[in-house]
Amino acid sequence: MQQSLDKSKAGASRISLATREAIWAYIFLAIPLIFFLFLRIWPAIQSFYLSLFSWHVDPAKREFQGLGYYLEMLREPRLHRALLNTLLYTVIIVPAQLALGLGIAMLLNTITRLRSLFRAIYFAPYVTPAAAVAWVWGWMYSVNFGIINTFLIDWSIFWEDRGITWLTIDPQPFLTSPKQALFAVAVVVIWQNLGFQVIIFLAGLQGIPRMYYEAARIDGASSWALFRNITLPLLNPVFVFSLVISTIASLQLFDQVVNINFTDQGGPLNSTLTIALYMYQEAFSRFRLGYAAAVTVLLFSLILIVTLIQLKLTSRRVDY
Amino acid sequence: MALPAGLKTLDTTETYQRKRKRFAPVVILAYIVLIAGSIIMVFPFVWMLISSFKDAREIFKFNFWPQTWTLQNYREVLFDTLFPRWFLNSFIVAVGSTASVLFFCSLVGYTLTRMRFPGRQLIFLVILSTLMVPTEMLVIPWFVMSSDYGWVNSFWGIAFPGLIPAFGVFLMRQFFQTLPRDVFDAARVDGMSEFGLFWYIGLPLVRPALAALGIFAFIGNWNAFLWPLIVAKTNTMRTIPVGMALFSGEAGTAWNLIMAASAMAIIPVLIVFFIFQKQIIEGFALTGSKG
Repeated sequence: MQQSLDKSKAGASRISLATREAIWAYIFLAIPLIFFLFLRIWPAIQSFYLSLFSWHVDPAKREFQGLGYYLEMLREPRLHRALLNTLLYTVIIVPAQLALGLGIAMLLNTITRLRSLFRAIYFAPYVTPAAAVAWVWGWMYSVNFGIINTFLIDWSIFWEDRGITWLTIDPQPFLTSPKQALFAVAVVVIWQNLGFQVIIFLAGLQGIPRMYYEAARIDGASSWALFRNITLPLLNPVFVFSLVISTIASLQLFDQVVNINFTDQGGPLNSTLTIALYMYQEAFSRFRLGYAAAVTVLLFSLILIVTLIQLKLTSRRVDY
Repeated sequence: MALPAGLKTLDTTETYQRKRKRFAPVVILAYIVLIAGSIIMVFPFVWMLISSFKDAREIFKFNFWPQTWTLQNYREVLFDTLFPRWFLNSFIVAVGSTASVLFFCSLVGYTLTRMRFPGRQLIFLVILSTLMVPTEMLVIPWFVMSSDYGWVNSFWGIAFPGLIPAFGVFLMRQFFQTLPRDVFDAARVDGMSEFGLFWYIGLPLVRPALAALGIFAFIGNWNAFLWPLIVAKTNTMRTIPVGMALFSGEAGTAWNLIMAASAMAIIPVLIVFFIFQKQIIEGFALTGSKG
């Protein structure tokens, strides 16, 4: 009797405790939930909605366009160029970053001295503002006064004087050439974000137990075999993370493109234009907010599809 | 006693291997490649600094070092622009955002893992789903919203998008998940308030994660460009990256001034980075492995 009474008492207080806990949980979550619903989810839905109307400051004067802006996107050559450029940036930047990042991380993993100094040097550009970095590179790329072309001229004179003409390189047009500008910008992005890949891969490499390598070495495996059969498979989760993060960042490229050619943003001849910059110009220079919203829906779909494909192709569990 | 002995042998083999490794040709080659790469990483900063000390005529000459070192460019940027004001704006936005990120992301992360209530999974999925939406998709509705509510050209307007990042919630959730429930249950039975549980027991246990998240938030907000460019309408409300970029756009071919402005935007970040580099890098590595 006494026992069962105790039980029911304990049961009652447990329920009230649980309710109390739940109420507090909702109180803690209230502000963040309002934030996410009102400033993240609602605007995302609004983007779809805005893309169906022509823009006017007065909501009453916004005209319904239906899918008109989406059809317009099909006919807009400048957008097609931006889309193509963005994909081109991604297929240049992402593999270069992953390969160089893994390579440097492996080098850092083989050395013992000065490792943290090197790590810091490679990582430093990543923390600096991309806008300012782009101006610095813009100055280095300057055709007539840039340090890169100055170096190329000095280099060529040096070898010409010694009669070895095949080593000479002409000064390059870089950002002023529609053919080279995109690659020049891509180099800046790779340079700036490489450090992030390096530390992610280095952390991954250091997480691989040494005994795997030692055991394989005893079995007589070559260095290449170690890399192929131990390093790569065990790095797979890190690799997927790096791949997805750097792809999403490349598809959203904006800061560097705007600042490296400030007077002709996206130029020359739209050769460096990205979707993000195109969207910005349509929305905030031409105030075609409805059309720009449709462009952001396109960018969103692109990121979603590319990420899903990447996850599908690369995710596999590895157990040893 | 067996364990320390075992550890000791392990240690000696490791030192032995390291000693042997230090002289291997592969290691020497690694150093050579790493040094060459480091030069490429560092050079743009060096060239920026050197250029910023040249005067308006010398910047277009081809000598590497300035013949006369001048601080005139820095003086001009500091006094002819609102650079100190932009610096203050960036500081206010970054500090305010970081404080908000640390408090709210850890509170949500804690609540979602260490408190029991209905709808937990749903709320987490709602927050997580916002990770899929790129900033570009939000800036237009944000701009419309900011115009409607008068947020344009205010600190709140610049800062609000970064106050509670979903990524931060995710990160903190991962960390709080690893803490044993018993500690919290015991303190709860002892009559500690729910907020006390979070503040006095939860938070001190995730300090490394807080450091990482704080650094992440500060750097992200300090360097943010797209949204501040849209929402900061007057010169006095610009942050450093925006103010510096628009100033450089006006400076045209005065590369000496542009490099001084760039240096003032970049060098403070680099100084802070090199002071805290160990914590910063480990923080980023941590977010990578937890993400």
